[in-house]
Amino acid sequence: MKNCLEVNIRRKIFPGADVAAVEGLMLSALPGEFVAIVGPSGAGKSTLLNLVAGLDREMDGDIQVDGQPLHADGLMRVRLGFVFQEPRLMPWLTVIDNLMLVLENSTDSVERVRHLLREVGLSDIEQSFPNQLSGGMQRRVSLVRAFVMRPELLLMDEPFLSLDAPTAARLRLLLLTLWGELHPTVLFVTHQLREALALADRVLFLSSSPGRVVLEVPVQLPRPRELGDASIGELHDRLLVQYPELLSGLVEEEKQQSASEIPDSDNRLPSSR
Amino acid sequence: MLRVRETWLRGLSLLAFLVIWQLAAMAVNKPLLPAPTVVLTTLWNDLTEGSLLYHLGITLARVAVSFLIAMALGTALGIVMGRYRDVDAALDSLLVLALNIPALVTIILCYIWFGLTETAAVTAVALNKIPTVVVTVREGARAVDRQLMEVAGVYRVSMRRTFVQVYLPQLYPYLMAAARSGLALIWKIVLVVELLGRSNGVGFQLGTFFQFFDITGILAYTFAFAAVVLVAEAILIRPLERHLTRWRP
Repeated sequence: MKNCLEVNIRRKIFPGADVAAVEGLMLSALPGEFVAIVGPSGAGKSTLLNLVAGLDREMDGDIQVDGQPLHADGLMRVRLGFVFQEPRLMPWLTVIDNLMLVLENSTDSVERVRHLLREVGLSDIEQSFPNQLSGGMQRRVSLVRAFVMRPELLLMDEPFLSLDAPTAARLRLLLLTLWGELHPTVLFVTHQLREALALADRVLFLSSSPGRVVLEVPVQLPRPRELGDASIGELHDRLLVQYPELLSGLVEEEKQQSASEIPDSDNRLPSSR
Repeated sequence: MLRVRETWLRGLSLLAFLVIWQLAAMAVNKPLLPAPTVVLTTLWNDLTEGSLLYHLGITLARVAVSFLIAMALGTALGIVMGRYRDVDAALDSLLVLALNIPALVTIILCYIWFGLTETAAVTAVALNKIPTVVVTVREGARAVDRQLMEVAGVYRVSMRRTFVQVYLPQLYPYLMAAARSGLALIWKIVLVVELLGRSNGVGFQLGTFFQFFDITGILAYTFAFAAVVLVAEAILIRPLERHLTRWRP
């Protein structure tokens, strides 16, 4: 993306709530930058993405691309992809039709979609309905859907949550491959510090209610990286020591919610330790 | 395999019904309950030499037209009421009223206001059906998955495509339910409309048979009618339903 994204949410409060969900949240992303956003539950991570996507317009603040509002007159300044926590495929459309659905205003042809499906190893299921696929396959399709329309900005809301470790690892690899081809700007929300470190160029930490950026960590490790890499582990542990009060809650949550995914035999390479 | 078995079971229950009827008719042995064989003979004669096909055709046309009108208007209103709370609040009591007006009242009023015309007949039937379509479709519109609509919104899918590929498929089960119960209701009301104010159609014929106490004629027409309904179900409704729900596991 040739454009620089700037988010400035002065205040977002949900109707009927006592406290703001997000307050004074500022962040920016460079063209093609992979930004991970971590924070405990209730930090307004999903709210942030919904506001950027324009799914929620009720806020005090502005979201700009190159100094111009991202949303204006019901139009979006950039092509936007969104990967949700759930695959959210249309159950009555085949895989290929699910992908074609988001392509209407593009010159892309069904051939390009087929090519992409071949590339990610999904060509033999293009006529299947989502219900005939495993959970991992559905996520894979929803990931591909975000890339078929060549997004300039890609929003991802904990897309690999509650997947088993090998599947999540494969999907992360696929994400990095697709991202490497098109280089959209990515805002990747997760509550797993390790995942953020393994994927992103920069990690932003949000505090909980109201959510705002409290820490920013550049990740200058060479790619490809894996969740279990020693360098990721070192950075993870060093951050925990440096910012114990900030990150302890986050790590507690990480341990509880995804015990199956962190330190595991699949992703941790013994040789790299 | 399962489908073959289902077809057999369907046929078997019909056959059992005919056998019981035949036995009952033989036991009673009065013109008040003619045997199915007698009825079938009359049916055949009416079909080949009489005017059964003509009247059946007229009735079918009325059913089709009023069904389409009722489904189209009922669906549109149901979607709007399911989607917009204010419209729902404003129209809900009227809907309850409309649901409970006896079919006969609508029919008589339509005939008085519009005369004994085709328009009056079709209007009366459609008016009777619209409220039940609205109620069913409104339920569907309320149950629409917002998460899927968000996908369409985020990816800037056009209004038309969102409606056809994202929204409407979520209503299919409700539309099928409305169509099923709709056909069943409309068949019945069309006959009453014909009995009261038309000079052709199955309802009109039944009225004539009634005056002559021609029970065999009544049953023969009923039979022909039932056959048409079964065929419509088998070649229209069920294949359509199967097609629309083929994605279900």
